[in-house]
Amino acid sequence: MQISSRHIDKATIFDVAGDIDLANSPEVRKLLLREVRENRTPRVVMNLSKVRYIDSSGVASLVEGLKASRDLGLRFILFGLSPSAREVLQLTRLLKIFEVYDDEAQALGS
Amino acid sequence: MDRALQATRLTMGIAPPSRRRASKIGASTSKNGFLLKLELHSDPSLLSVVRGALERLTETLGFSASDSRSITRAVDEALTNVIRHCYCGRVDQPLEVYFSHLKPNSSVGSKGALEIVLCDHGPPVDPAKFQARSLDEVRPGGLGLHLIRQSMDEIAYQRVRGANRFRLIKYFMPSKQSSKT
Repeated sequence: MQISSRHIDKATIFDVAGDIDLANSPEVRKLLLREVRENRTPRVVMNLSKVRYIDSSGVASLVEGLKASRDLGLRFILFGLSPSAREVLQLTRLLKIFEVYDDEAQALGS
Repeated sequence: MDRALQATRLTMGIAPPSRRRASKIGASTSKNGFLLKLELHSDPSLLSVVRGALERLTETLGFSASDSRSITRAVDEALTNVIRHCYCGRVDQPLEVYFSHLKPNSSVGSKGALEIVLCDHGPPVDPAKFQARSLDEVRPGGLGLHLIRQSMDEIAYQRVRGANRFRLIKYFMPSKQSSKT
């Protein structure tokens, strides 16, 4: 997995490529929580368009990012879900909990 | 050679006698069509190797794309649970995964099924921990077992001769009612 970040206006976009699983979800969690709790970025946006697979530990990292954002009144947004990632969020009943958009333009325009 | 591939052993086809004895823990595997055995260490970086093998195997067996994702997800989550909870994150512990084709019968339906048996040598698992948590509360953790149950037709756990044996079944056709334990 590779993860990098960009800053557009008051948003930080994390571009993730590869699978998110037990091997690397702690890294995702650490980056997200730092962006939310230390940098207090108003909008943290996860670009998952190049993530083919995400496991329950990856979902847990996203949930932690979401909860930390909500605790501080910030927004946490996902876009570009693969069929597998969408299925996992549906099966765990989390799809409606997250703010999810199809692409970056929608995510930033919301 | 890639470290992940070096640490993974793959056996395909008919299991030789020694392998059959080794897989006695999953007795049903030798009575049916042995397909594949993976031996690996409990290193999370190897999970992607197992997923890759599963994607190709399920595709070869004719599962739909959706079923293929389900099976891959279930095995990945089960291995993740073993690594985290049975081996407490140690990366050098042995894991075996057996894949077999179950012939059609009254319990698995007219098309047969794919049987996957995960074996580890960690401490026994409390069967009470196989209850998935409620999804009403939004919080991280505890989702893996739920995903396994959602993805497979049958799941079962046994402690046999010092090993944990976690058995997952996916019917070739969803013609039978689930009997998840």
